[in-house]
Parts: sequence; structure tokens; C-alpha cells
Amino acid sequence: MTTGSADPVEAVGVAPAADPGFLQRYGATIEYILIPGAALVGALATFGLFVALFGKNPLDLYFYMYQGAFGTWFSWQNTLTRAAPLILTALCTALPAQLGMVIIGGEGALLIGALSATSVALAMPWASPLVVQTAMVCAGVIGGGLWITLAGALRQYRGVNETISSLLLVYIGLAVLNHLVEGAMRDPASLNKPSTREIGAANMIGSIPGTDVHWGLAFGLVAAFASYILIYHTVFGFSARVAGGNIRAAKIVGLGINKLILIICFLAGGAAGIAGMVEVAAVQGRTNANLAAGYGFTGILVAFLARHNPLAIIPVAILLGGISASGGLLQRRLGLPDASVLVLQGIIFVFVLASDALYGRIGFLKGKS
Amino acid sequence: MADGSLGLWTVPLAVFGGAIRVSTPFLFVSLGECITERSGRINLGLEGTLVMGAMSAYGISYLSGSPWLGVLAAGITGAMLGALHAGICSLPRVNDIAVGIALMLFGTGLAFYLGKPLIEPTAARLPAIDFGWWSDVPQVRAALRINVLFLIGIALAPLLYWAFKTTRWGLLIRTAGESSDAARAMGYSVLAIRLRATMVGGFLSGIGGSFLSLFYPGSWNEGLSSGQGITAVALVIFARWDPMLCLWASLAFGGAAALGPALQSVGVTSGYHLFNAAPYILTLAIMIITCSPKRTLTGAPAELSITR
Repeated sequence: MTTGSADPVEAVGVAPAADPGFLQRYGATIEYILIPGAALVGALATFGLFVALFGKNPLDLYFYMYQGAFGTWFSWQNTLTRAAPLILTALCTALPAQLGMVIIGGEGALLIGALSATSVALAMPWASPLVVQTAMVCAGVIGGGLWITLAGALRQYRGVNETISSLLLVYIGLAVLNHLVEGAMRDPASLNKPSTREIGAANMIGSIPGTDVHWGLAFGLVAAFASYILIYHTVFGFSARVAGGNIRAAKIVGLGINKLILIICFLAGGAAGIAGMVEVAAVQGRTNANLAAGYGFTGILVAFLARHNPLAIIPVAILLGGISASGGLLQRRLGLPDASVLVLQGIIFVFVLASDALYGRIGFLKGKS
Repeated sequence: MADGSLGLWTVPLAVFGGAIRVSTPFLFVSLGECITERSGRINLGLEGTLVMGAMSAYGISYLSGSPWLGVLAAGITGAMLGALHAGICSLPRVNDIAVGIALMLFGTGLAFYLGKPLIEPTAARLPAIDFGWWSDVPQVRAALRINVLFLIGIALAPLLYWAFKTTRWGLLIRTAGESSDAARAMGYSVLAIRLRATMVGGFLSGIGGSFLSLFYPGSWNEGLSSGQGITAVALVIFARWDPMLCLWASLAFGGAAALGPALQSVGVTSGYHLFNAAPYILTLAIMIITCSPKRTLTGAPAELSITR
């Protein structure tokens, strides 16, 4: 629960009052870019070594990773398409982190959001596409939001650890989805892969003009910017950060902690719920077990790598979207298994967390104080 | 009766057999996590350790032909992952819960990567002892085919209980978990104690994983573990950090997990997925009932980050 603990130490270590030079002013920012960047480079180097153990050339690896992620317009589009749900699921971890909570149930909220959105779309076949799409967004937000609010409420009212409960809710969510998809909501025509009926081509949200990138990216960007403004430029966000920094101080000044936690959890789950809605309305067209593609788990990594800053989530999500987009090329050209993306993600995660120890310890950033 | 038509009696019998079979991984992971958490650290990465253990056990058993070597390899792999967790956590300002999540992703990813060539071949499996020789009913015999690892696990629980209570090491681990200052004042390194406790925890979890791939279900594939590791971590909280309660809780969870397949075998298929989620729902329900926001849980190590 001490995810944000680096900040106060930072203030002491990096910005002494005297001599307001460049390093004093921007030292913390440089550190926030430099340390995760170094961790990323270290992780890539380690992964290169790992691949070299299997007789592959690491330079080929980096080349194909770049090619598959950002090398061509095609791969850029693939990367951005994958980044969209990652931005949204990362918010599911990053928003509660402002309050010092570690929520890792984005995958569950995504599944429930997708299921709710599909149910609403199937329930109103008469309505015009715009109405259906709006209803789907609302259903996704409410479904995903309530799912994570449950974890938040359990922590606040019953003292249940939110990390464990949110992860358990992922498995429960998947079971609910499978139960409905193979039972009450099953399309009899789907034989091999049990699925719900399709929401209909007219109700799909389609691509951003001129690209193959679906509108989910716009949802992600809007959600990230809105979260940034909410956290850093509103009274609500300020109280959330106060509560996350020092719960006792927040209680003394009379902040309603319960309400804060519930609202933040609802917004967090809502973001992941939109990711589910987008996956249905822009990619799959229906709900089935394909939706459990691990976006929720990669989102946790994105949030930690971005240090839970909603704006930093955007480039980090694009980066990790790129890594997962390059997986196909690595498989075809280098014969690496599809799980290599997972291994790399795991290595990056380990390096980023270990790099937390470096904050405030880099000699030249201490501002000669 | 001998023709195997037991009717609805199949269900409790299968649940009983399942409680024995399915509970073994729960038992090993929860006992391992119990040791780690008693030393004041929580390792959420045991899900990854479990999958890595399952993969390495299967691989070594396939290559060497000896399933017991596989079990050993799984334990060593688990201990190495435990050492990695403890090593990173001993750095200043590093959150042990976050490291656990990272190792969960890393462990499963690595296992899928290295285990790709192992999906096809068949490895030598662990032997079972037939305790059902006295019965003519095939279901009873099936339920009583008990693996040695389960018996080791059952013996381990009271042993750990005794070790925590009376031995020097048990006391040291508890001291590190209750007050790191006290352990330091006695001249012991808290980090070293936690390193060893996490490694032992990883060792046991790896063995739990070997049971998955070498006995039940008894093959290696990417869907082998679906949250057993994390359920076992939650189970330790429910068992109040008491090895004997871990044993009873694991048995209950094994029974709950066997409910879905048992009902399916008698033709109740409608709620199959919901029954499969029974262990998770049970965990959550138990945590809701037993936790309280007003006080820390009785028996909780004071240094543990989730109870502070």
C-alpha cells in the first residue's frame, strides 16, 4: 500500500530550498523519466540475453520488435489498436492507486463491462445505432464500475484486502461470462466457440477515418485526459491524493473517505468496462471467451510503469501495445513462442519495481545540496 | 452396487475424492505462503511459482523419466523464484505486493515460453497408493487412490505447527514477522530470515505445482492453473496463519473445486462454470465474513503489509 511513497522522499532529496537551478526545478521530472527508461532498457537487455540463450540473435530480436511495433504504418495501426484497451485498463489500476489501493482486477471489469454492453445492445434491436452505442457505453461503465466498486466497498466496509478480492473477482467474472455465453445468452449458431449473438454490423463503432484504428483509442485518450484533470486539477482529485498520502490527515480535515473510495473505484472499473465495450463494439462484435486476452493484466504493468500518472499512461500503453503487436512478427521470423511477449512484460515489470529503489539516489540529480 | 451405478451418491464421493486430490496444490501453496507471511512478507507471485513448478516438474520428469526428480526440480525452481522475490523486496521502498504481481506475470510467461515443447509429449507421472483395495466399487477405489505428496502435505501441517511453536527457527520467523526491530535487536538480519522464509515458501509452492502436472490433472498445458495459487494466498488469511487451519481449509477448497466436475459426471451441466468458480466465491465469502475494518485479524503477523 506504499506505492506513492516515493514522492515525499523525493521532495526532500531532490528539491532543497536554496539555489533554484535547473536540476532543482526539473530534477524530479528527469528522474521520473530517466529511472523507468533505464529500467526498460535493462529489461530489454535481459530479454535479449534470455533469447540469446536459445540461440537467437538479440539484434534480430530488437529489429523485429521495432518493425512489428513501429516500423510501418501497418504496425503503428496494430500498436495503437492494442494500446486503446491498455490505456483504459491501466486507469483501472492507476486511479485507485491515488488512494493507496492496489487494484489488479481490471480484467474482470473488462469482461463484465463487455457482457453488460452486449446484453444492452441485444436487448434493444429496434433502436438506432447511436442510441445503442450510447447505451453500450453506459452499460459498460456501470457493469465494470460496479464490479470494482464491490472490491472497494469490501475493503472499506469489511476490511477485505482489495488486491486479493479484485483478483478473485477476475476469476468469478470469467465464470459468469462463460456461464452466460454457454447458457442463457448463447447463439445456437456458434458451435465451436460458444458466443452470444452478434450486436449487428450497424452498431459497430468502426474505425477512425483514414486508419484501421478503431474509435476505442479516442475513448482511451479522452478517459486518460479526463482522469488527469480529475486527479490533478479538481478539488475531488486533491482530496483523493490527500487521502492516499495520509489517511489520518484526510480524516482530520473531514474528507469522506468512504465516498472517495467508492467513486474512484467506480470510475476505475468504468474505464476497464469501456475497454470491454470497445472490444465488443469494435473488434469482436459479440461476447465470448476471446475477450479474456489479458489486456487487464498488461494494464496493471502499464499503470505501474507510468507511476499511476494518467497522462504518462498514454505513451506507456502505446509502448506495451507495440510490444504485444510485435509478438506475431517475432513468432513468424524468429520462431519465438507467443509467450515471449509475456516473458518480456514480466521482466519489464520486475525491473521497473526494482528501480523504485533508485529514486533520490542518483548522484548528479541531488542538486549538489 | 458393484456395477458402478451409485446414482447421486457419486457426487459426495467425487467431492470427497476431489477434496483429497484437488486440495494438494492448495495445501502446499498455503503452507509455503504461511511460512513466508509469518516472516512478515506476502508473496502474491505464488501463482507464477505454481505454474513454473508444474512446467519444470513435467519437463524434468519427461527428460529423466523420474517423476521424483521432477518434483525436486519444481521445488528448486520455486525456491529460486522465491529468492528473486525476496531479493527485490529487500531493496528500499519496494512494495512486496507489487513485486508479487510482477512475478505472477513473469512466472506464468516464462512457464508458457519454456513449456511450449512440452504440451505434446507424455511424462512419467507420480505413482499413487491404492487405499481402496477393500472396495469393489470403482468410484470408491478412484477416490481413494491417494498420492504420496498429499500424505507428505498432511504430515507437513502439524510439523510446521510444532516448528512455529517450539523450534528456534520457528521463533525467529515469528519474531521477524511480529517486530523486525525485535529481531534486529537480537542480532539477526530480518532480510536474511525473510529471504529464507520466502525461498522455503517458493519451494513448497513449486512442489504444489508439480502435483498439478504430474498427478492431477496430470499433463502440462497453459490452462493448468487457474488461480489456485492466488486462492491459496487468500486461504492463508482465512486460516489465520495457522498451518493446521491451512490443512482443513485446503481440504474444504479441494472439495469445493471438485463440485463442478462431480456434478457434471451425474449430468448436471447447466451451472458448470459457476460451480468451477466455487473456490473463488467461497474464498471471497469467507474473507467477507471473517475480516473486519475495525480490528486487525487475530493471529496476523504485525509486519505484514496487507494487515498494517
